[in-house]
Amino acid sequence: MKHLIRLTVNGTDYDLLVDPRKTLLNVIRTDLGLMGTKSGCNTGACGACTVIMDGKAVNSCLILAVQANGKKILTIEGLGNGEKLHPLQEAFIRHGAIQCGYCTPGMILSAKALLDKNSNPDGIEIREAIAGNLCRCTGYLSIIEAIKAVSKDRKMGQGSLNGT
Amino acid sequence: MKPFEYIEPHSVEEALLFLNQFGNETKILAGGTILLLQMKSQKITPRYVVNIMNISGLDRIEYNEKEGMTIGSLATIANLEDSFILRDRLSILHQAARELGTQQIKNIATLGGNLCNASPAAEMAPALIALGASAKLVSLSGERVVKLEDFFVGPGKSVLKTGEMLIEVQVPHPPPGSKGIYLKHAFRKKLEMANVGIAVLADFNEKEKFIKDVLIVLGAVASIPKRALEAEALAKGKKMDGELLERVALLASEESSPIDEVWASAEYKREMVKVFVERAFDQILSLDGYRV
Repeated sequence: MKHLIRLTVNGTDYDLLVDPRKTLLNVIRTDLGLMGTKSGCNTGACGACTVIMDGKAVNSCLILAVQANGKKILTIEGLGNGEKLHPLQEAFIRHGAIQCGYCTPGMILSAKALLDKNSNPDGIEIREAIAGNLCRCTGYLSIIEAIKAVSKDRKMGQGSLNGT
Repeated sequence: MKPFEYIEPHSVEEALLFLNQFGNETKILAGGTILLLQMKSQKITPRYVVNIMNISGLDRIEYNEKEGMTIGSLATIANLEDSFILRDRLSILHQAARELGTQQIKNIATLGGNLCNASPAAEMAPALIALGASAKLVSLSGERVVKLEDFFVGPGKSVLKTGEMLIEVQVPHPPPGSKGIYLKHAFRKKLEMANVGIAVLADFNEKEKFIKDVLIVLGAVASIPKRALEAEALAKGKKMDGELLERVALLASEESSPIDEVWASAEYKREMVKVFVERAFDQILSLDGYRV
């Protein structure tokens, strides 16, 4: 039996009729056509499918869409406004923290969830926050630098993280 | 995933009524970080999946001067990690929560799920057993309280009966002045389940500096999380020195019965039990200069 659910994705409400077997990742990509959220290992090990659900970073491949009923979801498409990038996106570009780009949406959302909770994380807190996001290109250092730079800018009153 | 019917009760009673009737064909879904993997690989193919996350009140973390800590089965691991009262009062359990997995997993995985899945490597089990914690199980015919030490039966098996649900974990006060530590061995620290998990809780005679009582719990190196009773007995009543520590650690290692896995052989894990028991005592003893 299919179930009627409501998801609020990037500020827009969607009423969807879904098979309970469908994961949140599946619904985001195929039903909503938001391809920024990537499908990697599908076992919660790589973090490519990371989205923010009710303020927390989660693996969308490990959540059934029916479990997400009534929740607020933020995907990479919800950052920036089409004209202007989010400060984290800017910083990733500036620091060369993107190479193939496959891990980037998940990586940025893990970073955003961290900064929303802790505006001035130290190096270890940053590493722990992105420990669930594999990157096979950058070696991570540029990513950590990019996240640090945003928290620093923010402390100096530049670059609002709420500019979504 | 094989087709299943999805059920969403909103109270414990409603869940129990369903489990009472269809428990044999049902899997309970909490965070789902383990269940979904098992269903995706079709290792299990339940007819019904009962999502209990919408039952309110089961995620409480409460502290009471008299009884100690009560943790609802639906508290997430992130809830535990973020709890100041847990960090201050039960640091051994707080450490286990910190070690459990990635932020993404900790945000949805629950304490109850970690225990009811009954993995020999269940991250929260060694610390809870060391603390003498109990599980409160409810069914339509009433409730019972089981010591976590007696909760696990074998890989994937606990004393939980069909129609029964874990609703809270009760953790008594550790003896005042006791010191506990949880150490985990894993190659990819924040992601993997433990290859070896060691919890040690020691109570000292403050004047004489000898060990009044000690619990040593081994995770991931037997069919269930279990105490190293002989190693505990050897350490009890003695002042700890290097030689004794070596014997205690060796005994604990002999009490483990790990299996070969792709990522670590049984022999390696047995060796790591020794290393981590030594390390755990080292860290506890260095806290207050108890090391002789």
